[in-house]
Amino acid sequence: MAFPETHERETRTLLSRHMGEEEARTLDGWRERGGYGALEKALEMEPDEIVTTVKESGLRGRGGAGFPTGVKWSFMPEKGDDPHYLACNADESEPGAFKDRELMRWTPHLLIEGCVIAARAIQAEHVYVYVRGEFFEVIRILNRAVTDAYEAGYLGEDILGSGWGCDLTVHVGAGAYIAGEETGMLSSIADGRAEPRIKPPFPAQSGLFGDPTTVNNVETLSSVPMILDNGADWYRQWGSDDSPGTKLWCCSGHLNRPGNYELELGMPLKDIIHDVCGGVPEGRQVRAVFPGGSSTPILSRDELDCETTYEGLSEAGSALGTASPIVMDESTCIVRAMRRVAHFYAHESCGQCVQCREGTAWVTKILERIERGGGEMEDLDTLYDLCEQMTGKTICVLADSVVFPLESSLDKFRDEYEAHIKHDRCTATA
Amino acid sequence: MSDEVELHPAVAGAQPYMRAETQGENSAPEDAPLFDDGAGRERLEKVLSRYPTRRAALLPLLNYAQERNGWVSRPAMKEIAGELDLTPAYVHSVATFYTMYNQRPVGKYLIQVCTNISCDLCGGEEVLERFLEETGTRPGETSEDGLYTVMEVECLGACGFATVVQVNDEYYEDVTPERVPEILDELD
Repeated sequence: MAFPETHERETRTLLSRHMGEEEARTLDGWRERGGYGALEKALEMEPDEIVTTVKESGLRGRGGAGFPTGVKWSFMPEKGDDPHYLACNADESEPGAFKDRELMRWTPHLLIEGCVIAARAIQAEHVYVYVRGEFFEVIRILNRAVTDAYEAGYLGEDILGSGWGCDLTVHVGAGAYIAGEETGMLSSIADGRAEPRIKPPFPAQSGLFGDPTTVNNVETLSSVPMILDNGADWYRQWGSDDSPGTKLWCCSGHLNRPGNYELELGMPLKDIIHDVCGGVPEGRQVRAVFPGGSSTPILSRDELDCETTYEGLSEAGSALGTASPIVMDESTCIVRAMRRVAHFYAHESCGQCVQCREGTAWVTKILERIERGGGEMEDLDTLYDLCEQMTGKTICVLADSVVFPLESSLDKFRDEYEAHIKHDRCTATA
Repeated sequence: MSDEVELHPAVAGAQPYMRAETQGENSAPEDAPLFDDGAGRERLEKVLSRYPTRRAALLPLLNYAQERNGWVSRPAMKEIAGELDLTPAYVHSVATFYTMYNQRPVGKYLIQVCTNISCDLCGGEEVLERFLEETGTRPGETSEDGLYTVMEVECLGACGFATVVQVNDEYYEDVTPERVPEILDELD
């Protein structure tokens, strides 16, 4: 099966190079494609050298926060008697994001190789790959690959005769968005309920089972082997100084060619939408976009010139997030879209913090009322007030994830909310 | 569970756990034991060997309970609690934190339709309606013949292929209301 959609402006030489090739899933197929070469190289390097190379490459975490990966690794304390852990976040669950699933189902050995290299860099003896429960197809493929990697000596004791070894365990979740938050994930593995906890202490000081832990996303770890293979300078030929490399863009919503595209960081957002994805259905215009997944501030049609780097989207008042533009054309009622997004976060709130548990529920109820007909103008003030009370006051950023899109939609589409309230229905899509 | 011997401990807690083989009329009774036979004991030992604490085996064992029985009953939670030195109440608090553990038997085919934002934009609600109509059920209810349980689900992480529907452990992508009868036909 060919990988669904491709485009000439993609940089398909890197992360997505072997997507669509059935044989790349197998150990032999992977080795034929040069797989595990970077691991052999890493085994001859000192852990510090690996950290330095990744630091110099400028690779930034692909799970949403964009923190420099090598710097994160360098936060791990010097190795003593305590075990070190690497937790790979494969709990892809931000609405709009679907890149880690593609990476794991096409190139599972790339992830395993990245995990082992990272484990060596941070001197971890055990890697836990936390895969979201719904990804059964991925789980089957990954399980096969892990079993084969053990058999071939890429995992376990004394990897490839290096005298160094590490284990890897596939840990499967059971349906909870919050398990994708890094401390929520660690709680889910160690204790059961995926309840985030306050930082500091950061996982590097006290993570899984109270021991030093690094949490990295699937795409981040899958980017590591090629950086080791080719060097930091090579990686920096793509993207900008602050956002080097390529990135898988998950494009969904009202697009003619939705899908995953590997693009050099920096392409204008409007090019991704109109050129790579073929724009919105004929005769319509874009109304709004969540550029980095449903938790990022909404951009209107006039704001799509921005460059898709971490800094470019931040300057535009939004965020790169998981690089998952959800595109809405003129047939979209903004109130309904926001209600749907708020409903999701209310459903997924773990309930520890009042501001989040109550705030997400109230926001959803008010938006439902406006959508249904029966909203009042004061509701808009109440929504702003709730936004204020939900921002920066909770253990994790789930509450903020509602505020970012909601507040920006109120700012930019206030006339639509007002018209909705005035006429008790959507007039923008009529 | 004849392949138990071959299961590498690294993946022992990570087996697909939504299966027609153990759902609907194949669901195990409420008090079906988990660890009374060789397969159950072996799975337990393999899972425990991967974690420094017994408590960390909790999700993998809840997964196993559902894989084996089709759902996670109270007696199953109690049995897991006993093995891991936890209270049944604690195990219950964990099992109910997640959406994928069936606390009662479900239809042979558990049909979960994503209606989150990307799917909603592409008609997810209509797909859900059509599944309910064709199976003659209400959300979360199992059809009289025990074949189907249809429900709404939050983002399945395949947003570029909206509408996404999960039937047991399989994804159906680019689903439209028109394709629903065909999908149901293929199932049984």
